[in-house]
Amino acid sequence: MTERTTAQAPSPGPQDEDPAAGSATLDTVTDSDPAPGGRSQGSSSRGRGERVFRRLTSGSGLLVVVAVAAIGLFLLVQAVPSLMANNANFFTSPEFNTRDAANLSFGIRDLLVVTLLSSLFALAIAMPVSLGIALFLTQYAPKRVARPFAYVIDLLAAVPSIIYGLWGIAVLAPALLPIATWLQNNLGWFFLFAPGNLPVLTGTIFTGGVVLAVMILPITTAVTREVFSQTPRFHMEAAQALGATRWEVIRMAVLPYGRSGYIAGSMLGLGRALGETIAVLIVIRAATSPSHFSLFDGGYTFASLIASAASEFSQPLPTGAYIAAGLVLFVLTFVVNAIARVVAGGKVNG
Amino acid sequence: MAKRLDLKAVDIYYGDFHAVQDVNLSVAPRSVTSFIGPSGCGKSTVLRTLNRMHEEIPGARVDGEVLLDGEDIYDRGSDAVAVRRTIGMVFQRPNPFPTMSIRDNVVAGLKLQGVHDKKKLDEVCEASLRGANLWKEVSGRLDKPGGGLSGGQQQRLCIARAIAVAPDVLLMDEPCSALDPISTLAIEDLIADLKKEYTIVIVTHNMQQAARVSDQTAFFNLEATGKPGKLVEIDDTSTIFSNPTEQATEDYISGRFG
Repeated sequence: MTERTTAQAPSPGPQDEDPAAGSATLDTVTDSDPAPGGRSQGSSSRGRGERVFRRLTSGSGLLVVVAVAAIGLFLLVQAVPSLMANNANFFTSPEFNTRDAANLSFGIRDLLVVTLLSSLFALAIAMPVSLGIALFLTQYAPKRVARPFAYVIDLLAAVPSIIYGLWGIAVLAPALLPIATWLQNNLGWFFLFAPGNLPVLTGTIFTGGVVLAVMILPITTAVTREVFSQTPRFHMEAAQALGATRWEVIRMAVLPYGRSGYIAGSMLGLGRALGETIAVLIVIRAATSPSHFSLFDGGYTFASLIASAASEFSQPLPTGAYIAAGLVLFVLTFVVNAIARVVAGGKVNG
Repeated sequence: MAKRLDLKAVDIYYGDFHAVQDVNLSVAPRSVTSFIGPSGCGKSTVLRTLNRMHEEIPGARVDGEVLLDGEDIYDRGSDAVAVRRTIGMVFQRPNPFPTMSIRDNVVAGLKLQGVHDKKKLDEVCEASLRGANLWKEVSGRLDKPGGGLSGGQQQRLCIARAIAVAPDVLLMDEPCSALDPISTLAIEDLIADLKKEYTIVIVTHNMQQAARVSDQTAFFNLEATGKPGKLVEIDDTSTIFSNPTEQATEDYISGRFG
């Protein structure tokens, strides 16, 4: 009985100290595995565990690749028949008409414009703000302020999209109206601020972009804060010892070190903005005429259009049209990711 | 240019912890002083108070006077950033700015001081790299990143960066502890050259190194963990290593403890 207990003890310590216990271990193990030497026996069972574990991990890794490929394939297979039946040019047509299954005429021009404009505008707001927050939290704020502050930022990520949508249309849109009016009156000559295809200045891409900026702020800030806080002490000391001020230390040590992480975090945010559905659907109004490439346009993004039509997915051909739009969104997120990797010098996520 | 340093009744605290007690010592211009002693005795802490680097640790505080040619670097009028521009420092681990070129690394301090004249920067860059015995090895690749050099070269690059601003004092915190013996020798030779122009204070765990490079040696010790470190004795290096006054010094350098 005591022998068995010793045999099950994983620690090699008692075996080294007590040869009798060591041989007891050997005997018990030999019952199940008739290998000669205790040492080689240990390593062979360790080798088996190693093999099983390696297969498990590489299997899970493979699963991800297979899943992504399967999704892509699904989208493609479902989209092709509708694309073949399409009467309009898929890439250049601004209309998306699937009411008559026998006469489909849909294009993604406006979807692409609205999606990119709203997401890039959101990114343009969120990137500097999250950089500022991350620098404040890691370089300026005392620890006891930084920690609760970071929790609050993370909390923003936990707010459901639908709440952002309601807040955007009920609170933010009227609040932004004076700014939107001013921009259009003073910078209206610039295409982004030119009059759009909506009769009003609320519920525009401009409004939606600000909502999206708030929504992607937590993820971008969290990633940026994390890389900044990992700036090696000795890089910062190098700058400090030369008589660098706080800002100069940031410029010489923190920013060069955290740059790729900052870009990676921003791209994660962009990915989220591109795919955001319900908040955008609520905030950005539908438009009746094609896009003017203005921030004061309305319209649908890929995601919000698909969501708005989802209740009518009954016939395969019209459904396929939306799936084709989904395929473009899918490819778009891949492209964003690839660009992020190139910009970050292949160092995204380490 | 090279200035003298005097520490008078210096006490160093981290919050409530009394790290180093009552240090009095003087460092002559154009000489090398080494700090030796067991780990945790406060020698690096004392070194870091000489350019106010310890202030980067929250709660750090210094009592007493640290005089640079008679002027207290802790005077209300002077700030840490200004002090560090005149007192250079070289660290244990070579820390060139990894994304900067070799040239930009060397002149980084000058640029901080507002020097942007390219001709002047190039001159200082070459002079400093020559001063750090690195010019021959890197003159053909000044635009390459500093991170691509070997460890010993990186450390000499850091020395070049420190002397480029013509500091009054040069502090070295175990500058050879991450280097191989050949690179160590190169740095030690360099220290011997540099002392003709600079006042140098070096912390080292290597007693042979202290004996080889320094004119004056200070031995720090602490009675027990949690007690403050103390300066046990400071004297000419030859005296410390042949005939120290204190028994503790004798025990330490002969390897009887620590």
